[in-house]
Amino acid sequence: MAQKGLIKAILATGLAFAVSSAIAADKPAEKPATLSGATGSMLANTCAGCHGTNGVSSGPASPSIAGFNKEYFVVAMSEFKEGKFPSTIMSRIAKGYSDEEIKAMAEFFAKQKYVHAKQDFDKAKAEQASKMHEKYCEKCHEDGGSAATDETGYLAGQWSPYIRMQLKDYMSGSREASKKMAKKLEELHEKEGDAGYEALVHYYASQQ
Amino acid sequence: MSITRRGFIQGMGAATAIGMVGVPHLAFGATKKVVVIGGGTGGATAAKYIRMADASIEVTVIEANKEYYCCYLSNEVLSGERTLDSVKVGYSGLAAHGVKVVHDTVTEIDAAGRKVKTAGGKTYDYDRCIVAPGVDLKYGAIEGYSEAATETVTHAWKAGPQTAILRKQLESMKDGGVAVIVAPPNPFRCPPGPYERASQMAHYFKQHKPKSKVIILDPKASFSKQGLFQKAWTKLYGFGTENAMIEWRGTPEGSSDNKVVSVDVASRSVKTEFDEIKADVLNIIPPQQAGKVASASGLVNDKGWCPVHLDSFESKLHKNIHVIGDASVAGKMPKSGYAANSQAKVAAAAVVALLNGQEPGIPSYVNTCYSIAGKDYGFSVANVYKLTADKSDIIDVSGGVTPADASEEHLRREVEFAYSWFKNIVADSFG
Repeated sequence: MAQKGLIKAILATGLAFAVSSAIAADKPAEKPATLSGATGSMLANTCAGCHGTNGVSSGPASPSIAGFNKEYFVVAMSEFKEGKFPSTIMSRIAKGYSDEEIKAMAEFFAKQKYVHAKQDFDKAKAEQASKMHEKYCEKCHEDGGSAATDETGYLAGQWSPYIRMQLKDYMSGSREASKKMAKKLEELHEKEGDAGYEALVHYYASQQ
Repeated sequence: MSITRRGFIQGMGAATAIGMVGVPHLAFGATKKVVVIGGGTGGATAAKYIRMADASIEVTVIEANKEYYCCYLSNEVLSGERTLDSVKVGYSGLAAHGVKVVHDTVTEIDAAGRKVKTAGGKTYDYDRCIVAPGVDLKYGAIEGYSEAATETVTHAWKAGPQTAILRKQLESMKDGGVAVIVAPPNPFRCPPGPYERASQMAHYFKQHKPKSKVIILDPKASFSKQGLFQKAWTKLYGFGTENAMIEWRGTPEGSSDNKVVSVDVASRSVKTEFDEIKADVLNIIPPQQAGKVASASGLVNDKGWCPVHLDSFESKLHKNIHVIGDASVAGKMPKSGYAANSQAKVAAAAVVALLNGQEPGIPSYVNTCYSIAGKDYGFSVANVYKLTADKSDIIDVSGGVTPADASEEHLRREVEFAYSWFKNIVADSFG
């Protein structure tokens, strides 16, 4: 918590930090001050190489981020910075953008149209998981997982390998679920096992 | 002169505003024209993003080839992990954005007259020109090497037929054979590329020709992602042991130990100042400079690369011409596909602004390069870049390489993300 506050304080100072870092004793190399204030689209365009033009991913491992709720985007990026949201490269990337820049990106992506991914799925599994979703997930991931709220990203039509990866991280504990989510995930696992998770992946993939 | 022109551009900006309320833009006879030279990742991205930002601008891409073979992931063709077709992309996606694609070769840019001339005898006028020619390979830097020799001794540093020849040579090589990669000096396209190539060759040998090995002759003392590569090679290919399938012969600062000076193409042997090495498969990645059209048009410095203003990528040597991608001197950014894609977007935004009588905005740049060292074994370098306050440099403000202690699962996921990145960068640039 204290660290989070510190990071926020550093980020808030922006340019001041860049300049003051030159005199900080623990910085081996001096870094010159840089220009900030790029537009949301200029910033968001840097994401497109991995997340697709305007955030619509051609997949399959990187998620579509078009249409994401602003608050959710901002929280996800700050969790990448803090290492709370496990990732391969996002923790390295997220630290390159200030809070203000992340907000500008969030606003850009919130305005883009989310596109459901065209991908293969198992029809039987998808049908079977429809009830599981209703029972364990729907309360927060509303409308069959097709709502993007300040607490959730899109599940419906999201790329399967990405969802599978996230479920794995929640299960292993490397991504911390909220208390209510952890409880539901555990209940689901007790009742349906790993197959239940896999069926859910197919359910979300089936929404095209 | 420049004041008159600025006034003219502002006039055009006003014309656009009127156009938006219904007066046909063409009625003014002043359609803004951009010519993009080179349909690689940088050129294609620039063309698409200009059209996305301002569909009133007429954009023509001039590119010699009807299809583009992505260099990124083409090393996997060498191991047989993917087909050459899987890295091939056409230009129908650009056409869908209203970009005109012309298959021809530019012979000359007339910077003063703002015209581009082609081998096909056509002339194209422009208001702004974007030059994205990639690299030119300096065959002459190694005695005995030439473009004609590449049928036997490949460079395979521009993917396509060259990649296919090299793959075939590896397939026909006997078990126990030696493949030699001659790495280039800095700066060059795709800094981790030669080392990923060695990895992919060893990956193939390990499965099909386990007595074979790869030797890298390197004129450099160190290379990109060196720690990560050597760790992977140790784990997968016995690096550093007697039975190593990859051997790296570097050249310490101040010496010229493994700098290749000549090649005998017929016998596939190379000479360094101290040694002669005979290869069964020989791959020479020559020293590089900006693509030919850049030097022919006076856009290069004494080192053969194009100096540009880093907020717009407009040439420091010729006005109204922007140079992006491998050919440009882009601060600390590497010469990579993602860097070219990112620079193209900055240049596109600047060109659109300038053609509408505005100043270029503040840029933002990024680069991620994945390397696949073997099965389920990938790693990356990822950086966010910013322009320095004095606009003299582009520096990284965050990022770095995959942690040295990354778990097996992490390395496996990097492969998954590399494949995902490939689909997205291709779609973002050409789609």
